[in-house]
Amino acid sequence: MPNYRNIKEKLIELLLSTASITALLILIGIFVFLFITGIRTFTEISPTEFFLGNEWNPTAYGEPKWGILSLVIGTIIVTFGSLVIAIPLGIASAVYLSEIAKPKIRETIKPVIEMIAGIPSVVLGLIGILFLSPLIAKIFGLSSGLNAFTSSIIVGVMVLPTIISISEDVLTSLPNEFRESSLALGATKWQMIRMTLLPAALSGIVAAIMLGLGRAVGETMGVLMVAGNSRAMPISFFDPIRPMTANIAIEIKEVVKGSLHYEALFAIGLVLFVMTFVVNFISDIIIEKQVRKYKW
Amino acid sequence: MVNEYVRQNIYFLLFRIATFLSVVFLLFILLYILKEGIGVIDIKFLTSMWSHRDITQGGIFPAIIGTIFLAIGVSIISIPIGICTAIYLNEYAKENLLTRTIKLAIRNLAGVPSIVYGIFGLAFFVLFLKLGGSLIAASLTLGCMTLPWIITASEEALKSVPLSFREGSYALGATKWQTVRKNVLPHSFSGMLTGSILGISRAIGETAPIIMIGATFFMGYLPSSPFDKFMALPYHLFILATQHSSPYAREYALGTSLVLIALIFMLNSGFFILRYKLRKKKEW
Repeated sequence: MPNYRNIKEKLIELLLSTASITALLILIGIFVFLFITGIRTFTEISPTEFFLGNEWNPTAYGEPKWGILSLVIGTIIVTFGSLVIAIPLGIASAVYLSEIAKPKIRETIKPVIEMIAGIPSVVLGLIGILFLSPLIAKIFGLSSGLNAFTSSIIVGVMVLPTIISISEDVLTSLPNEFRESSLALGATKWQMIRMTLLPAALSGIVAAIMLGLGRAVGETMGVLMVAGNSRAMPISFFDPIRPMTANIAIEIKEVVKGSLHYEALFAIGLVLFVMTFVVNFISDIIIEKQVRKYKW
Repeated sequence: MVNEYVRQNIYFLLFRIATFLSVVFLLFILLYILKEGIGVIDIKFLTSMWSHRDITQGGIFPAIIGTIFLAIGVSIISIPIGICTAIYLNEYAKENLLTRTIKLAIRNLAGVPSIVYGIFGLAFFVLFLKLGGSLIAASLTLGCMTLPWIITASEEALKSVPLSFREGSYALGATKWQTVRKNVLPHSFSGMLTGSILGISRAIGETAPIIMIGATFFMGYLPSSPFDKFMALPYHLFILATQHSSPYAREYALGTSLVLIALIFMLNSGFFILRYKLRKKKEW
């Protein structure tokens, strides 16, 4: 029955290919649903007011305010702060794991880093509330430790595993000729790392940082619980802030479905989606190039 | 030259410290939660219903059950689709525009913030498909979020099967599906399963998406259908930590996170053991 078998083969291939389109449909679905709801915001609020207004107060009596600038700045502050912590630690750890550590130590530490990635963000947020913020308040003499600084530390811990594991992959994938030729010229190990490996891995490390950046921008629990939730425009690192993700999480439950406020929260979601999409897209291209460069 | 070596030693020491800082972080977090949370954990805490008035009189049983139901729901939705996608992309797909677009979509889905999945779930599953705030809406939403992780892990597992396994099968006249089913899947199944379970365990720790799609802090009964609302450990501990007035809320939040971490750990280690056993059967 060769014919029957052919039909079965075709059917299975059809089934598998249909399944594989799901991911594409989800991505399109997310964009479409955020877009059709979010875009309606701009029938009532001008884009200038939305993007450049620095006061967000949709429930104010009489004159609600729809400016997301202070929320965007909140996101930028936490992202910046967390990367300041995670980039040096992440690259140093990646270099240590790929070039310096003995295989035995590397095989013990890599699962530890994976486990950090596996800790639910709500648990890290809890540590932020109960342990870190009282500590920060005490050290800096603040009335509350729930602020951008504390939140940056928590989010920094969250993005650390991403930066470590991708940078380490990039370094490990560099051909051994690089190391050998550098050492043969009389370089010390550190000179080899600094002058040969790091420059060769640069674009991959940049991509790792960008993926970390994408995670930091989208992180919700670490800012919702720890950043202090103030809508006022922050002036220092020790001010409480409310990044975009936290604002959506706080307000989406109370909001009337289909109201202008609901639509505006989707518009914020759309901004987040576009931001992370662009960041991921660029890092994707960089990684692709890096992989192709040293593949032989 | 001596100077170069001194400099090298200083840098390497710094790198070592940076790396061990991660280990210190992890140990500290685990020990802190263990030390502060173990006090509230007893049989009553694990097996009784939540008591709203006096939280010391009840337990988090419904939240544990809710999280387990969620894990099952997410698995049913995302594991079959994820594995089928990986098989198609790795074994069948030709290198064309559609394949490239699908791969690009998968990588980008992995970077979409969880809160964005949350509002998408709210708009699509809860309101548009009228599933309401329910276990099924939450499972579908988290399923979408988990899908790219499962596909990536499964593709890794499929790629680790040597090409010669496939060639040998074709040489004997087997069809594509016979080759995949008899010669590729048996050797990659454990890897795909482990990757999937890692994905599921990350999904059940997520809080942000379920805030808006059906998680509740207090429910006097266990969910009896997929269309019921549900309690879940991460959401429960989030409310305890941020919005509860009881003087015991702090301890209970820590106890709840200990249970959540233990659940995730058990899920992972169970499958690590399974993978180890399956791996020992490998013959190459």
